[in-house]
Parts: sequence; C-alpha cells; structure tokens
Amino acid sequence: MPRRLAAAAALLLLSGVAASANEFERVRPVTNDATRKECGECHMAFQPGLLPAGSWTRIMDGLDDHFGEKASLPPGPAAEIRAYLTGNAAGRGDPTLLRITEQRWWLREHRFRPEVWLRKDVMSKANCEACHRDAARGLYEDD
Amino acid sequence: MTPHTIRFILPTLAVFAAGAAIAAAPNPARTALLDGYAAQAKAQSPAFAGFSAERGRALYLGPHGGGKPETNACAACHTPDPTAQGRHQRTGRGIEPMAVSANPKRFTDPVEVEKRFDRDCPAVLGRACTAQEKGDFITYLSGQ
Ligand code: HEC
Ligand code: HEC
Ligand code: HEC
Repeated sequence: MPRRLAAAAALLLLSGVAASANEFERVRPVTNDATRKECGECHMAFQPGLLPAGSWTRIMDGLDDHFGEKASLPPGPAAEIRAYLTGNAAGRGDPTLLRITEQRWWLREHRFRPEVWLRKDVMSKANCEACHRDAARGLYEDD
Repeated sequence: MTPHTIRFILPTLAVFAAGAAIAAAPNPARTALLDGYAAQAKAQSPAFAGFSAERGRALYLGPHGGGKPETNACAACHTPDPTAQGRHQRTGRGIEPMAVSANPKRFTDPVEVEKRFDRDCPAVLGRACTAQEKGDFITYLSGQ
C-alpha cells in the first residue's frame, strides 16, 4: 500500500510540473497559542490559510456540534481563535464548505483509491500528518 | 562527547529525573484535584467511601451503552493499555498515554481535565461523569 501511495504521489508530482505552484503547498504555521492548544487536541491544529474566512466563521459558530463532537469553548478563547483564524484565512476556496477535505483544490490533490483512507495509520482524510510529515509546520509539498 | 551523544544522554536523564519525582511524592496538583472530587462526591452522596481503582478500570475499559457505539469505552481512543500511546477513534491523531507512570503531566491541569471529562463522558456514556467516577478514573490511572 505505501508503494501505491508513493506511485500516486509521483504521478501527482509529474502532473504538477506543468501547473503553477499550488498556493497551499506551504502555508503559514499556526502562531496563536490558544488555537494551537484548543484546536490541536483531537486533530492537528489546521493552519488558518487552508480555509477561507467564511468557512472558519461557520466552524466557530458550530463548535457545540463540531462534526458530531462537542468542541465548545469559553467566550474568551473562542473570540481570540475566531479572530486569528478569520484574520489569517485563505484568499480562495469555497466558504460554504466547512471542510478542507471537501475543497476542490484538496480533492484534486488527493484522488487515491478508497482503501487508502481506511489504513490503520491514516483513518481519516483529516489526518494530514499521517502522510505529510511536516504538516504541523504548514509544509505539504512532496516529502 | 560528540553533540550526538549529548542529544542521547540529555533526554535519558530527563526521564530518570521525572521517574524519581513521581516515586518520591505524589504531585500536589493531582492530589488537590482528587481532594476536590472527594468533597464533591461526599456532598452528592453521604455513602461515599473513597475512590476505587477497580471501578476506575471498569469505567476505562467498558464497554458501555448510552454513548456513541463506536466509542463505547474510554479505551476506544485512549487504548486498552493506558501506558501506551492512544489514537483518536475518528481523526487518527495520536494521544499521549493516560497512565501517570508513562505521562507524569496527567491530571495536573484542572481546567484541561474538567474540559475533557465534559466532552469525553457524554461521547462514551451518553451523560456527564459523576465526581465519584472522575475520582475513580484518576485513581486507577495514577496507579498505572
Ligand atoms: C473534541 C475533539 C475536537 C476538537 C477540540 C476540535 N475538533 Fe475539529 N474535528 C473533530 C472531528 C472528530 C472532526 C472530523 C474528522 C473526520 O471527519 O475525519 C473535525 C474536523 C475539523 C475540520 C475539518 C477537517 C476536514 O475534513 O477538512 C476542521 C477545519 C476543524 N475540525 C477545525 C477545528 C477548529 C478550528 C477547532 C478549534 C476551535 C477544532 N477543530 C477543535 C474534532 C475536534
Ligand atoms: C493518505 C495520505 C494523505 C493524507 C491523509 C493527506 N494528504 Fe495531502 N497529499 C498526499 C499526497 C500523496 C499528495 C501529492 C504529493 C505531494 O505533493 O505531496 C498530497 C498533496 C497535498 C497538497 C499539495 C502539495 C503540493 O505540493 O502542491 C496539499 C496542500 C495537501 N496535500 C494538504 C493536505 C492536508 C491539509 C491534509 C489534511 C487535511 C492532507 N493533505 C491529507 C497525501 C495525503
Ligand atoms: C473520541 C476519543 C476519546 C474518547 C472516547 C475518550 N477520550 Fe479522553 N481525551 C481524548 C483526547 C483527544 C484528549 C486530549 C489529548 C490529551 O490530553 O492528550 C483526551 C483527554 C482526556 C483527559 C485529560 C487528561 C489530562 O491530564 O489533561 C481526561 C480526564 C479524559 N480524556 C477522560 C476520558 C474519559 C473518562 C473517557 C471515557 C469515559 C474518555 N476520556 C474517552 C479523546 C477521547
């Protein structure tokens, strides 16, 4: 399976040569402590530059039922995190979609066989770190 | 000494130091947290007779009904062996061990601990944990 993934990566890399550089291959790491702590417990703290401001606003409005989990926060940290995420958001992407993994650019980069997502060390599309070693530092280019 | 050996020796020393600290004295923050839960449990039930590691173990390992079927035990994310690294059942993210012997920072930040009981108990039991259950849980993991 890892070999198949490497092959997928190689194909994607080849096809990427012609296209312009992907603006998401390097995003600014998370610099806000509250975001790192409160949004980095159940999954890695996703960088603000991965979603447009509208998506972050909707995520922060719905923390009581966050993809089926209770992730609500006291008003202080919630306001700080909201301001940080929306203030450093991506300039493009679909603000009606909450997920990074449903954005068109993301789907284009991750056309793998369905079994890949079920691998025990992956488990979820949102587990960026399973495949991108330096995801927490905002580095998604080939590694 | 080459920089390489220093990098190896320093973390090793740190592990020894931390190990010695737990063996020597229980962490005051954890003791205070447990005392708080004991006071609450006493207020809730006059029959309260202390915490039990055995009941804490049963809470940890489950299985329970009432919560989400895919997380019917604390062990679903925290792994059946509390000295081992866990893994979030939905996101695949690693979780540091829950056993105090393996992770001396456990149960020393009351805000963090309360926040997680608040989230994790409903996911597993379909309701909040009682003060008795919280104390049992911490007592079990402090001995692991
Ligand atoms: C209690 C656990 C928990 C906490 C705390 C939490 N999340 Fe999540 N989050 C989840 C789960 C579970 C998912 C869904 C994962 C899946 O479907 O694989 C998720 C998904 C997401 C996604 C979508 C990932 C994708 O598929 O593209 C974003 C974005 C996100 N969370 C942002 C946040 C932010 C911002 C915070 C902090 C305010 C936060 N999360 C805190 C559990 C949590
Ligand atoms: C199952 C493994 C896997 C998971 C999980 C995964 N990716 Fe990827 N991703 C890849 C592969 C393979 C590529 C293509 C090769 C490359 O460029 O690294 C890629 C490409 C990318 C790219 C484009 C990189 C470039 O050079 O243009 C970005 C950005 C990216 N992923 C972000 C994410 C984010 C954010 C997440 C989590 C929400 C994620 N990925 C989850 C495997 C994965
Ligand atoms: C869906 C996954 C999941 C389940 C199920 C789960 N937990 Fe957790 N728990 C987490 C995550 C994620 C953390 C935060 C990461 C960390 O502390 O390393 C955490 C942390 C904790 C903490 C904080 C400990 C500290 O020292 O800060 C406590 C207490 C806790 N969990 C209790 C429970 C109890 C009790 C149950 C069962 C009734 C349970 N958990 C079930 C995911 C889960």
